[in-house]
Formats: sequence, structure tokens, C-alpha cells
Amino acid sequence: MNRYTWRTFSLEAVMIAAALVVGFPVYVLLNLAFRAPSDLASPVRPTTAPTINNFIEAWQQGALGGALFNSILVTAGSVVVILAISSLAAYPLARVTARWSRGMFLLIMLGLMLPFQLAALPLYQTMRDLGLLGTPWALILFYSGLQVPFTTFLYIGFLRALPVDFEDAALIDGCSHLEVFRYVVFPMLKPITVTALVLNAVSVWNDFFTPLLYLSGSTQQTMPVAIAGFVGQYVSQWNLIFAALVISIVPVLAVYFALQRSIINGFAGGLKG
Amino acid sequence: MATAAIEQRREQTVTVSRRRRKGPPWWFALPALALFAFIVLVPSARGLYYAFTDWDGLDPNFSFVGLNNFRDMWHDPNAVQAIWHTLLIAVSITVIQNLVGLLLALGVNSSIKSRNVLRVFLFAPAVVTPIVTAFLWRNLLGPDGAVNSLLGAVGLGSWRQDWLGDPQLALWSVVGVIVWQFAGYSMVIFLAGLQSIPAEIYEAVAIDGASSMRRFWSVVRPLLAPAFTINLLLSIIGGIKLFDQVYALTRGGPGHATDTLSTLIYKDAFTLGEFGYSIALAVVLTIIVSITSTGQYVVLARNERAAS
Repeated sequence: MNRYTWRTFSLEAVMIAAALVVGFPVYVLLNLAFRAPSDLASPVRPTTAPTINNFIEAWQQGALGGALFNSILVTAGSVVVILAISSLAAYPLARVTARWSRGMFLLIMLGLMLPFQLAALPLYQTMRDLGLLGTPWALILFYSGLQVPFTTFLYIGFLRALPVDFEDAALIDGCSHLEVFRYVVFPMLKPITVTALVLNAVSVWNDFFTPLLYLSGSTQQTMPVAIAGFVGQYVSQWNLIFAALVISIVPVLAVYFALQRSIINGFAGGLKG
Repeated sequence: MATAAIEQRREQTVTVSRRRRKGPPWWFALPALALFAFIVLVPSARGLYYAFTDWDGLDPNFSFVGLNNFRDMWHDPNAVQAIWHTLLIAVSITVIQNLVGLLLALGVNSSIKSRNVLRVFLFAPAVVTPIVTAFLWRNLLGPDGAVNSLLGAVGLGSWRQDWLGDPQLALWSVVGVIVWQFAGYSMVIFLAGLQSIPAEIYEAVAIDGASSMRRFWSVVRPLLAPAFTINLLLSIIGGIKLFDQVYALTRGGPGHATDTLSTLIYKDAFTLGEFGYSIALAVVLTIIVSITSTGQYVVLARNERAAS
């Protein structure tokens, strides 16, 4: 079964062809990002005189450093709050069968269905009245609430499959429920915490619609909004735009390739939830 | 002295067992619930109310207009078209992305030498910001873009198209870009499903002499049921809510050829100031999401049970 046959070889060839289709846009992206604007050769032809001027100009013109900082702040802040409150909430909801527990569970599950578009405009008004528009804090507050249903759902599914014996033992030893959660339950949740961390970090980092609404017109931008603004400003200077796109992709791919095993397992881990 | 200690110990045991019976306290859920209510529940409920008003987003004086927004929608060709596009995009993405993802997963799950590298590489686009990849594709798919250059270079010059400017084609270009980015996501979930199938099962059916097609259909496919459930739900809901890629690739154009419910909601609210009407569109979006996700979940869960 594991012999390398002609069939395996042709399959390998087909799969590599698929990888080339996936890689083609990336090749063009890099090719044009390193090309001087005066070079008008076909975009598929390798650039003959590569230059890094586009990157320097994009970095200086686009205020991408500030956007990168905001994106890191918003993602890290949101993910910490989301994981803390969702895992804590999942604990009683998974363990207690009383009516209040079922009710809260159903309420949170309702949140899985509601598309954000419904809440977006009224919330825009609330944020405006509270003076929170245009600040990264509004985004952290926002994602912390928005991601609760999905994250709690992941934790509840995982908790229900965990035995209660350890918690009982800790209670008999005199731990309070909060101590049981902190020292017994939360450490056992590690696999699903990794999944929740990966999925939340990627969706917060990549979100465009929310910061487009809540940060529009301010100088505080996250990476996706800064890029959209950049494209709007340098309409057809594609070499410059491509350099900006590369700058925004590099940190994401660097983290991805460094932690690829945990990240891929994180995405696949939703399967068991 | 001794009896007092015993008494105290008994009291402790009683309180511990009561605590155990009652389980962790409800207020553990309070922080999550409070934020969720503030960010999602209350604004959604208010949204539901505004859908029946003529609110413009600023003026505190607005009036209740009953079902007028929904009736207007019925007579608004842009809205009807956007609903149709939304459904068409969601269904096409679901079918194509999962088919491609499944084939990739089967390929990567074989004994080819490059399988580990390919898995990491094929999944990579799924972690990149969608708005960024969409801007990249906007250039690639332009009249003088790399896709047309490539077609010219390999002698398929007659296949050149204005991929995003042709109203007949633009919607399918959007679908293509999304499949390009997320097929690897479906692949990873199918792959996790494939790898959870014990090797003995493969060996047993191989010994039975079943053809590989037959093996896949009657043995592997039913065991992949949980992966199908997740993948189909993720892609159809993602498709229905689609905003970023359309915004970056076409802004809903040319004309309204690629407008989805989400882009129309955005335009009506922030460029036309019709908040009430825009929220009524969001209510329609909510209804579509709820019906499809519950319906799909019920059907798939039944298949999953039947398969197990």
C-alpha cells in the first residue's frame, strides 16, 4: 500500500500543479512589489531590476507601523478577554443542569445565528454616544462580546466530554469553585483553548467590516482598514500597493509558518467541538 | 474535643457535598453574558425595532412605518437582485469549495512525498486577511492583469476577459477568488476527518477488493459525515454574510452585478443614510442565515446519525 508507484507519481504531479495555481498570485505579488513603476513588462515576466523602494515608500506613506501596532493590540487584548470570560462561563453552563443554566445556554446559542449586520448599526449609535468611536478600545470591547457565543460553544462541547472526578476531588480537598476552575479545570481545557485562540486571533486580525465602521475617519486604524485606505489613495500605483500588501501579509505568514502545526490543528480542532 | 472535631468534619462534608451537587455558581457566566448582551443581544433587538421605522441614523425623531421597509424591498430591484446574488454565491461557494477541498484532502492523505509540505502550503491562503487577497486579485483579474497575461503567454489569448468588469462574469470571479483562498480550509477539516478513520478499516476494505471509487463512497464518505457538517455550515454561512471580498473586488459593481445583502446594507446605511431600510435588509439576512443553518444542521445531523 505504501509503495511509490506510477499512480502515486501522477497524483504527486497533479497536487503540485494545484499548489502552483495557489502560488501563482503570490509570485505575481512579489514580482510586482519589487519592480520599479517605470518597468512596464508583463506582470508574469520575472522582474529584471528588483528594487526595495516600493516598500520604503509604502511604509512611510501608509502609516503602516501604527496600523500594525493597533492590530496587535486589538487582537491580543480581545483574545485574552474572550478566552477568559468564555471559558469561565462555559464551566457552569456545561456542568449545571438547572433551568437557569439551560436558559443561558440557549440565549448564547442564539448569538451563533445572529449575523453581525443586524446589531452593527444600533451599536454604531451606542458607541458614538459613549464616545468610543475611533478607538482601539471600542474594538476590543466589541470583539469580546461578539466572539462569546462561538468560543463558549467550543468550551462547552469540550467540557462535557471531560470527567468531573478531578473537580470533585479538588472540592473535597477544600478548594472553592473559583480555585477549582483556576487550578483544575482551566489547565485541562488547554487543547480547546489553543483552538479557540487560533480561530479568534485569525478572525479578529482579519476582520475588516467592523473597523471600517467603528474606526472610519480616525487616525487609529487596524491593518485591513489601513490597506483599504492605502488602495483608495494610490488608486493605480500598483507597485506601491503590492508592497503594502506584502508588508501586511508578512507578519501573518511568519506566525503561520512558525506555528503551522498548532495553527492547522487549531482549525481542524473545531471538528471535535 | 474529639467529638467537636468529628462534628466539624461532618459539617464540612455536608457543605462540600452540597457545593458539589449545586455545581459551579451561575455568576461565572455573568461577565460573558453581560458583554454578549451589550454587544449583540440589545443592539440586535433594537435593530429589529428600527427595521419597522424610517430612522436615518441621526435624527432622534423618527416614526414607526410598519412593514413599509419590507414592502419597499420587494419593489427595489437592487434588493431583490442582492438577495439572489447572496444565495447564488453561498450555494456556489459551498459546492465548489468543498469539492475542491475534499479532492485536495484525498490527495494530501495519500502516500505522495510532498504531502506535508503541500498541506502547509495549500492552507496558507486561509490565514491571510481576505481584504488583502481580494485587492491582490483585483489587480490580477484586471484587463491588463496577470491572469490575462498568463493566458496570452500560454497561447490562450482568446480566453482573455474583463473578469471583474463584465457583469456576466464578475460574480463568478468573486466566487473563484473565495474558492482559491478557502479550499485549503475545507481541505484541513476533511483531512482531520480522514485521519480519524482507523487504518484497519482501509486495510479491511482493500483486502475485500473493492474499487477505490466504491471504497470511498461506501466506507470513507459516511465516516466523513462530521467533517461534512462543519465544512458545509462554515462555507454556506460565510457565503451568505460575504462582504470583504466583494467590497475589495468590485464594490458590488459593475452596476449592481455583484451586490450582496451585506454590501447593500453597508451602502444603504452609510452612503444613502437609510438606516431603517438598511436594517430591514439585515433582518432578511438574519432570517436567511437562521433558516439555512438550522435546516442544514438538522439534515446533516440526521445523516451523521444514520451513518454511524
